[in-house]
Amino acid sequence: MSPPSSFLWSRRIFLTLLTGFVLLPVYVMVSSSLKPLADVTGEFRWLPSGLTVRPYIDIWSTVPLARYFVNSLIVAGAATVCSVVIAVFSAYAVSRYEFRGKRVFTVTVLSTQMFPGILFLLPLFLLYVNIGNATGIALFGSRGGLILTYLTFSLPFSIWMLIGYFDSVPRDLDEAALVDGCGPLGALLRIVVPAAVPGIVAVAVYAFMTAWGEVLFASVMTNDTTRTLAVGLQGYSTLNDVYWNQIMAASLVVSVPVVAGFLLLQRYLVAGLTAGAVK
Amino acid sequence: MSGTTTAEVEKPRVRTDAGREPHPRPGRIRRIGLPYLLLLPALALELLVHLVPMVIGIVMSFKELTQFYIRDWGTAPWSGLDNYRMSVDFDAPVGEAMLHSFFVTVGFTLLSVGLCWLIGTAAAIFMQDTFRGRGLLRALFLVPYALPVYAAVITWVFMFQHDNGLVNHVLHDQLHLTDERSFWLIGDNSFYALLTVSVWKGWPFAFLIVMAGLQNIPGELYEAAALDGAGMWQRIRRITLPSLGPVNQVLVLVLFLWTFNDFNTPFVLFGRAAPEAADLISVHIYQASFVTWNFGTGSAMSVLLLVFLLAVTGVYLAVTSRGRRASHAQ
Repeated sequence: MSPPSSFLWSRRIFLTLLTGFVLLPVYVMVSSSLKPLADVTGEFRWLPSGLTVRPYIDIWSTVPLARYFVNSLIVAGAATVCSVVIAVFSAYAVSRYEFRGKRVFTVTVLSTQMFPGILFLLPLFLLYVNIGNATGIALFGSRGGLILTYLTFSLPFSIWMLIGYFDSVPRDLDEAALVDGCGPLGALLRIVVPAAVPGIVAVAVYAFMTAWGEVLFASVMTNDTTRTLAVGLQGYSTLNDVYWNQIMAASLVVSVPVVAGFLLLQRYLVAGLTAGAVK
Repeated sequence: MSGTTTAEVEKPRVRTDAGREPHPRPGRIRRIGLPYLLLLPALALELLVHLVPMVIGIVMSFKELTQFYIRDWGTAPWSGLDNYRMSVDFDAPVGEAMLHSFFVTVGFTLLSVGLCWLIGTAAAIFMQDTFRGRGLLRALFLVPYALPVYAAVITWVFMFQHDNGLVNHVLHDQLHLTDERSFWLIGDNSFYALLTVSVWKGWPFAFLIVMAGLQNIPGELYEAAALDGAGMWQRIRRITLPSLGPVNQVLVLVLFLWTFNDFNTPFVLFGRAAPEAADLISVHIYQASFVTWNFGTGSAMSVLLLVFLLAVTGVYLAVTSRGRRASHAQ
């Protein structure tokens, strides 16, 4: 039962064009990052006139890239861990218990997903400043404030996906665990969570990517010491020069960890989406 | 093994326990309180980061909030509906710009979502069967989605440069399609630049979701169709596409909201002020608030935008859930 040749040809042409479209910027990023400055300031060249790793050395001194990198890691890492733990608890409550306000909760949480981020930006900025003035807890300009903000960005999607995922874990399993003398948390941690690992990994990947790639709040809510990569990369353009080869090298360096992690875990993401979001 | 036996032995005992009512209280209270306890962290965060700021935002939209009052925004004078009047006075500059931005955003969103859906669905269907290199291709296709926005979009900025960008080099120097080097990040072309980047970045999400949806279509359906003599194209039209219906409903809504609210892509592509042809609403509001320092008007615009999105989503959900109910009834 092999597909007809009309299908095979359409597939070949479509997938070839699409691959070109997808890879073009990746090629530009990689090749430009290995070019001397003259090659990226003059007319575009497909091939570098001479290969150099100089941009990869210079990126660390032109801007404090290492510090931005660490900031991004701390912020995205903490936001991911907190977001996943909180989403697991919430999704378990919604999936396994009947309680008053359940519908209101899910609808409210999900609808925050549709609100434009710009709506929260200024109020949140004012709120963090006020909380800081009143309690001395520095939220504005600190990593903590950014972590708090980011973890709520991925929370609605994570809860939504995990509810679907937990629903697909047979109730009999954790009810049996309850009967066996596990507490509700024991049932969650020993039965439901292990059975939902693909969903949880998927949610973690999503949360990390959301935090790692966010620009708006990072550009308003950070200062010199807490700046993340999202804002830091703008530092390669000065009034006189734009170091495109360094920008491309830095872009590549900050992308490699997320892209590699994502590609390693993509199977989980598809499996998680299949069971959780796409029922 | 021993676990199952314990469960079987203990089950009846627990049931009789629950039947009697001597000490139900502590357990009961914990049971009722437990879901709320589990939800507490999520609730507290939603309250702090979404709901309270939203209320503040709504209050701000009724105030005359300029840079003079921003340090102590509570003391800003009330202005009633002035901010709203200003936002929707389409004859005056502020309202006219807002209306323009709204139409640009709607047109851009419809085009971008349509293209993302089309490309994502086609790719997922073409890659449903195994062929050599499928795994590699699937990984490649997810790269735009995995790349951080600022790194990916800044590469496009480089490609769209007037003098040293790839796009002009190919279109003008190599293919001679344009008479002179075009500007892509200012002027009317900026709309197409933004659309290209948005589709490049967005279609893999559609691909991912449709791929997941395809795995839920039972293989028997295809086998039955094959027995009936249906060809490849017929199977796609009669089985694959209709089966994706519910998946598509969610996918299109999510894509719509993300694209409509997208700030990161235009912000990295154009900076703080987007060209008129690509002036998406979220950057427009950002500019109204942070560049021209009128936070009250910016808030009013945000609230109007929110009302619009709620209305669209409400209508969409009502229509699609009616469709779903009808298809269940058949």
